[in-house]
Amino acid sequence: MKVYLDNNATTMVDPAVTEAMIPYFSEIYGNPNSLHTFGTASHPAITKAINQMYKGIGASDKDDIIFTSCATEANNWVLKSVWIDKILHSDKNHIVTTEIEHPSVLSTCKFLEDQGVKVTYLPVNDQGIVEAHTVKAFITEKTALVSIMWANNETGMIFPIQEIGEICREKGVLFHTDGVQAVGKIPVNMQEVYVDFMSMSAHKFHGPKGIGALYIKNSQHLTPLLHGGEHMGGRRSGTLNVPYIVGMGQALEMATTNMEEKIAMIAAKRNRLEDALLGALEDVMVVGDRANRTPNTILISIRGVEGEGMLWDLNNALIGASTGSACASESLEANTVMLAIGADNELAHTGIRLSLSRFTTDEEIDYVIERFENAVKRLRAISSSYAIVQPTAGGATLACHIHH
Amino acid sequence: MAKNDLLGGSLWDQYSNKVTTLMNNPQNQGEITQEECDAAGHTLIVADFGAESCGDAVRLYWEVDPASDTIVNSKFKSFGCGTAIASSDMMAELCIGKTVQQAVKITNIDVEMSLRDTPETPAVPPQKMHCSVMAYDVIKKAAGLYLGVDEASFEDEIIVCECARVSLGTLREVIKLNDLKSIEQITDYTKAGGFCKSCIKPGGHEAREYYLVDILADVRREMDEEKMRHAADAGSHGDFEGMTLVQKIKAIDSVVDESIRQFLIMDGGNMEVIDIKDSPDYIDVYIRYLGACNGCASSSTGTLYAIEATLKEKLSSKIRVLPI
Repeated sequence: MKVYLDNNATTMVDPAVTEAMIPYFSEIYGNPNSLHTFGTASHPAITKAINQMYKGIGASDKDDIIFTSCATEANNWVLKSVWIDKILHSDKNHIVTTEIEHPSVLSTCKFLEDQGVKVTYLPVNDQGIVEAHTVKAFITEKTALVSIMWANNETGMIFPIQEIGEICREKGVLFHTDGVQAVGKIPVNMQEVYVDFMSMSAHKFHGPKGIGALYIKNSQHLTPLLHGGEHMGGRRSGTLNVPYIVGMGQALEMATTNMEEKIAMIAAKRNRLEDALLGALEDVMVVGDRANRTPNTILISIRGVEGEGMLWDLNNALIGASTGSACASESLEANTVMLAIGADNELAHTGIRLSLSRFTTDEEIDYVIERFENAVKRLRAISSSYAIVQPTAGGATLACHIHH
Repeated sequence: MAKNDLLGGSLWDQYSNKVTTLMNNPQNQGEITQEECDAAGHTLIVADFGAESCGDAVRLYWEVDPASDTIVNSKFKSFGCGTAIASSDMMAELCIGKTVQQAVKITNIDVEMSLRDTPETPAVPPQKMHCSVMAYDVIKKAAGLYLGVDEASFEDEIIVCECARVSLGTLREVIKLNDLKSIEQITDYTKAGGFCKSCIKPGGHEAREYYLVDILADVRREMDEEKMRHAADAGSHGDFEGMTLVQKIKAIDSVVDESIRQFLIMDGGNMEVIDIKDSPDYIDVYIRYLGACNGCASSSTGTLYAIEATLKEKLSSKIRVLPI
């Protein structure tokens, strides 16, 4: 059996989405900006996708949802253009974000720091979230933008976006949220929160890769990142990616229809898996309260088992999971989220993320429970953390000399 | 970056078959107990290196025959990724049958070479070389425990990059001989810094005693100082072209004072040296006329030629004098 439990990295395109996209490759292929019927033939489908998007996130008709190539583009767009609009040309110079944002936010912030912008990276609490009062405490008169993710990719923990939005409104500061891990997974309604900009990505909710979107409240000004033709009202140039726009709209509609049911179904499987692992294995820990977590995510730490080793064994069992731990990444860094939540350093290299989707079956969960336990048993048998014979006098390691 | 780097490739695809096999089935995984050693009249040595909080930890067990100092059995336990387990396994394998004194000579490079499928293809990708370094360190520790000496005594030189085993002495020499100016050049010449990158600058995976950035800065500073000394020597030997800028200005001033200024003053004028610019073909001396010289017709013809000729004769034929 092959089991894919890495749905926070990307998801399978729902076959119904693929089907909706197909006609817009070789049948209806005109440029939507052309005057002839080859071009205009695509308009109904684009209009439908736009409607699906607005409905999917509860956007008002006064708002903009601009399609982009990915959420990385949307995140770059907001950060760089707020810098141009509000920092270069005013006396503001400060951005507030968190330590555990996606690299497309963190790297862009680092880039802006090189340009002289001051950036505050807020720490998270032991639940892996930033509390609203922390955000409030760090907003100053110089703050131009607050950028905080809606849900975290590694832990699934959901941030208090409603409260943070209220604080930003009170303080008169722009608020951007990276909604990539929230949209399509949990209810996201722009009528219930005060958010100026929100980034989204289709491939996280069974849409295609290569398409994302940026929600812009009240169609407010934001200097374009991509200049060119007058596509999407000149806000984001580049010929409209018609089949992918159709796919994104279709995928969001499918993810948000009967959402409570879908959430309950995924959460039931996730909870069963989580309970089974916590019950069967000693010295394991799951990060964050279930109630405040995206319904599909488990970040589990297994004492004595290094993350990449665990991934290796799971992969041998044809299970796809993920880790942010040292040895699996180029940078050899410890899992930043694990460190940020203040987990023991020992646990920072032991995180395994399992992320389900609405396509995950009960049989798959049973299979994963069995194979996961086997992998832990094998690796703990090798692990020095579980060795019995103690070092010769003077032979113990005194301290770790590795930076995090 | 080029075509072959665009996708990045899979980390795991870069592991050798030996690494993969040992990761799945380590041969020397396990523990050796005091009882086993006592029964055979052998000595048990158990050494740790690394810690879980580092992301890597290994415990090495040796059963040593005290009559010959031979390691008759070796096992390991490892908290680490696949390559750490495979490296530890190969390390234990390499120790078996060797004397402690021979085992101490095993380096991480020996471990990595033994894990290769073919001699020319690395067993692990660059960032994983670090995993085999622990094997080297823990052997030193075990040997130190057995022989009752400080493990540092096995090192006859300071190793700056442990992954590529490049010493401080080698680095200093290579920088100097090849006039290296960047970390990238150092990596190209010595491989130092090309693996886990901890030794490049503070803040990497592991804290180091020496960093390439500091070594480079130190050696460059020493090279500059040497150049200065050389230039100062050149000054006293009258080698104008080898002088530093300040020395050149002083030399020109002294020639002007000795042989030129008096004639200008006689005509109610004067001059000062403003700047000097070096190029491969010329040394341009910028001067400003003062007093009566200023605006004098001869200042751009006869007087100028005289000044230039004098400086050329006394200092260098490359000198051009340019009034501003």
